[in-house]
Amino acid sequence: MYAYILRRLFMLIPVLFGVSIVIFFTLRIIPGDVAATILGTDATPQALAQLREDFGLDQPLYQQYFSWMGGVLTGDFGESMRTGQEVLPDIMSRFAITFELTILSAFISWIIAIPLGIIAGIKRNSKTDFGVRIISLLGVSVPNFALATVLILVLSLSFSYSPPVGYVGFFEDPITNLQILLLPAIVLGTSMAGAVMRMTRSSILEILRQDFIRTIRAKGAKERVVIFNHALRNAMIPILTIIGMQIGVLLGGTVIIEQIFSLPGLGQLVLTGINQRDVIVVQGAVLFIAFVFVIINLIVDILYSYLDPRITYK
Amino acid sequence: MREFVQRLIDDKIGLIGFIGILVVIIIAIFAPLIAPYAPDKMFTEHVLEGPSGEFLFGTDQFGRDIFSRIVYGAQVSLKVGLIAVGIGATAGLIFGLIAGYFQGKVDQVIMRVMDVFFAFPDILLALTIVAVLGPSLTNTMIAIGVVFTPVFTRLVRSAVMSVKENEYLTSAVAIGVHPVKIIAKHITPNIMAPFIVQITLALSGAILTEAALSFLGLGVQPPDPSWGVMLNASRTYMEFAPWTIIFPVTAIVFTIFCFNLLGDSLRDILDPKLKR
Repeated sequence: MYAYILRRLFMLIPVLFGVSIVIFFTLRIIPGDVAATILGTDATPQALAQLREDFGLDQPLYQQYFSWMGGVLTGDFGESMRTGQEVLPDIMSRFAITFELTILSAFISWIIAIPLGIIAGIKRNSKTDFGVRIISLLGVSVPNFALATVLILVLSLSFSYSPPVGYVGFFEDPITNLQILLLPAIVLGTSMAGAVMRMTRSSILEILRQDFIRTIRAKGAKERVVIFNHALRNAMIPILTIIGMQIGVLLGGTVIIEQIFSLPGLGQLVLTGINQRDVIVVQGAVLFIAFVFVIINLIVDILYSYLDPRITYK
Repeated sequence: MREFVQRLIDDKIGLIGFIGILVVIIIAIFAPLIAPYAPDKMFTEHVLEGPSGEFLFGTDQFGRDIFSRIVYGAQVSLKVGLIAVGIGATAGLIFGLIAGYFQGKVDQVIMRVMDVFFAFPDILLALTIVAVLGPSLTNTMIAIGVVFTPVFTRLVRSAVMSVKENEYLTSAVAIGVHPVKIIAKHITPNIMAPFIVQITLALSGAILTEAALSFLGLGVQPPDPSWGVMLNASRTYMEFAPWTIIFPVTAIVFTIFCFNLLGDSLRDILDPKLKR
């Protein structure tokens, strides 16, 4: 098992290396002079040359890449071309917000989706099943930004609600923090619930058709025992896959939601960086998100073995 | 084929989705006939007016008819959907067929490159590509196409690998049929079922991603009538002109919902395990 985890961790190295190459060179295709965009049209040639020198933009591309990667490997993601501040501390403090939002959203979606998916699966083709299928499809079809906008509209019209300005950390004031994050988390959570609900339903259906369930039923086990002790445990594997994938989707989804709710998270950092052409910030933040994404996928893969002893790792 | 159509008709959910998509397609094709006004025509004396006989869905902040913009917006959404998925599906089919059929080193190289693209959340990758290429309709389609390529590649590759095990293929290889002929005549038709299901689901994903990118100001650019652009622009006025937001949201949700209904139903119909 440990050997497997180690091997998988080693396999992440080429993937992350590839990711860094893709990000770095893609961002260098941006047309126009980054220095001129940053300093504005009335910048003197000396100022432009100084900025290029400061950020190594006057060096050949491969050299810029290696010096960036060298920094990344030692925990130095470079400095923002706009503010001059170090990128990594900014990424870390913003990641805390994005991470909390992601986890809260995931949690909300599980509370909604897993019980409903199970009920729909058990009562296949019933009215409940039909209702759950429609709700879950609607959940998948409503884009989170549309849901967020409509929700803000409804709340502002009926309760004069407006999205909170500013952000308070969980450890500073947990209650205010949750007040700020609850609405965005509900939006992200419900938009993710559809997919989890569908997966839960279809995996329950798949498992209930199998021979071992028939055997357990034939032995006279109570339906509750069949469902909770046998079917659900086996159905958890595909459900876990989708949950793992969805956490990645959530990480991406936060880009839009943070923008709508003015949350200073990682997604907003990327978006501001893109709008301001701050390539150092964008490449650092995107690399970091990709890193978290592959680590989550790895954790999901490892969790499989705990749930399904048939999966052996070599 | 007849059995397939019959099963689609029997499955009410899929049929509803199919009809809904047909409606959107008809609206997009006949937009100039259906829309009462040009999408960018401004009625400066009718700014932010509610729905009326003259303006069915009301007007926006420039006095443009929202109904006409939604109708023309259907063209944008379907165009992005079809071309973006076309790019992703074609590239994925080619890479997947090559990787799955030849395996070995070629497979390793293709799949490792795809792994790299899988390491990005979809919207983030699309966002970065559009940011680099510059926000526009064409670049949005390219970005979404690139984002969808790995999904199609992985799907086609695994379908090819399972089809390849069949005896008729082993025999075809044994009697020396050219690989291109084997891929074109024997493998491709047999992997179409999952491929078509994925296309339907990807269409809804592409329409959603376009709306999201346009919403963020990185996709289709104003004054082009994209539903995402309309939604973003109306956020400032939504409290006193809710119609500016309700109709674009309904259009987006309806279209994506119909594609999902059809995709879901096709998956059930084409999945031999669920045939009962």
